[in-house]
Order: sequence, then structure tokens, then C-alpha cells
Amino acid sequence: MAQHIVSRRMYYQVFAALLVFTGITVAVAFLNLGPLNTIVALAIAVIKALLVVLIFMHVRYSSRLTGVVVAGGVFWLLLLIALTMSDYLTRSWLPVVGW
Amino acid sequence: MSESHTALAHQFDDLAQQEDAANLGMWVFLITEIMFFGGLFVGYTVYRTAYPAAFAEGSHHLDIVLGCINTVVLISSSLTMALAVHAAQVGQRQLLTVFLLLTILLGLVFLGIKAVEYTHKFEDHLVPGPTFFFAGEHAKQVQIFYAFYFGMTGMHALHMVIGIGLLSVLVGLAWRGRFSSTYYTPVENIGLYWHFVDIVWIFLFPLLYLLGRH
Repeated sequence: MAQHIVSRRMYYQVFAALLVFTGITVAVAFLNLGPLNTIVALAIAVIKALLVVLIFMHVRYSSRLTGVVVAGGVFWLLLLIALTMSDYLTRSWLPVVGW
Repeated sequence: MSESHTALAHQFDDLAQQEDAANLGMWVFLITEIMFFGGLFVGYTVYRTAYPAAFAEGSHHLDIVLGCINTVVLISSSLTMALAVHAAQVGQRQLLTVFLLLTILLGLVFLGIKAVEYTHKFEDHLVPGPTFFFAGEHAKQVQIFYAFYFGMTGMHALHMVIGIGLLSVLVGLAWRGRFSSTYYTPVENIGLYWHFVDIVWIFLFPLLYLLGRH
């Protein structure tokens, strides 16, 4: 952290961006894009989360160690999702007695 | 950065190092929180993959207008929290107190709107349990959606209540002048917690309210 002060102007810009992305995600939800709906909604949510983490939570200005720890946490979450879904999504591939 | 600052614990070289350590510790805690909410999100993903139609139906009965308003309220509270940290960094005690109070106020507005939504769900018999009633072919699976809705938004709301409690303590400390431009670690760390709760909502909102709107 070491006393890096983010300007208030920057905070207002991030706030405006978060509002714009919220508007976009609501508007897109009313269009029928098939499976793309979920992908777009999640992509926008990830962008919003990144803005909050990097600027509001100062990770962009923090020590490299903090950045690695945060990235490691997110990586672990992705492992949880990937391994769980690789099980559930592939169960129907092979016919197993009792399923 | 005086060596004799009262807030400096003896095991640290200086306040900057102490603050770095405190921030890192807060992030390690937040990562346990990511994994906690992560479990709920994965459970949601598994059941939504199994019953996509029922989840879309259940989502239709959530109030999208109130959901949108709450999203804006929570993003605004993140802004006031960030501005509170800024006020602490530049040593503006009164501004710090005002922004902390504004953050608490916005947090209470969010919880109030959430209470209105929950009340509607109780009235419409959409709360999982013996009184659950949904007129549709996927009633049982819709009940699963509502179990996730109440579980996830309920845990989120609990985190907001805890956050408001923490902010209330901060207001008292700030008003008594416990923070300065050289020492404001509690403001920064509780700010991190508040932003984290905001991020959880950033994902909850599209996944619960917006799926299957088209």
C-alpha cells in the first residue's frame, strides 16, 4: 500500500463505469442471445469485479505479494468450479448401472 | 512516518510495513470468504445446469426493478466507502465521518429493500418449505432455485449486517480522532471487506435476477 493515494476523480470514473456496465448487463438480459446471455452477463460481472478490486480495493497500487495472493485465491475458486463441473457435465457420457 | 508513532507495534520496522502486513492479512481472510461464497456459487451452477428451465422460471418471479435499485445503492455505497478511505488518507476527519455514515445509510437502504423483497416472497408462498407453492410444471425444481436465492442473498445480507456493525465502530473511532493520514489501517481493511461484499452482489444480481429475462 505504502501510502499511494488514488485521486477522487478516479473513484468517480470507476463509479460511472460500474453504473454503465450495470445498465448494459440489464439491457442485454432482455435480448435473446441463447447461451451467450450467460457468458455476456458473467463477462460484464468479471469486468465490474476487476474495477472494484483494482481501484476501489487498491490492488493495482498494492505490493506484488498482495496481487499474487489475490490471484491465487481466484485461481483456487476456478479450480473448484472446473473440477466440480468436469464431474457433473460428463456423468451422462458413459452409461453406468444405477444412474 | 515517525518511528515512535503510538500505532506502531514493536515487531514492525515502520508504519508502511505494518500496513502492508495488515492488508495482506485482510486479503487472506477475504480469500476464505471467496471460497465460502464460491461453494454456494458452484452449488448454484450444478443445479442450474441440471434444471435450466426451472431456474429461468423462478428468476422471472424476482423483482428486477428492486434488484436494479439495490445494485445501484450498493455500488454507491462502495463509492462512499472509497471516498471515506481517501478522506482518511488526507487526514480529513469530518469528511471521513460523513462518508462512513453515508456508507452505513446506503447499506441500511439496501437491507430495507431486501426486506421488502423477502416479504413479497413470503406473501407469494415462494419461500422453500412446507408452505412453498408454485403453479407450474417445475414446482419442485423452482423450489431449489428459491433455496439458492434465499441462501445466497441471505448470507450476503448477513455480511452486510456485519459490515454495518464494523462501520459503526469506525464512525465512533473516527469521530474521536483515532485515525490520521499516517494511521488509518482499520478504515482501509473494513473498506476492503465492504467492497468484497459489493463484488458478491455484482455476481448475484445477474445470476439470480437476470437469467431467462428474454
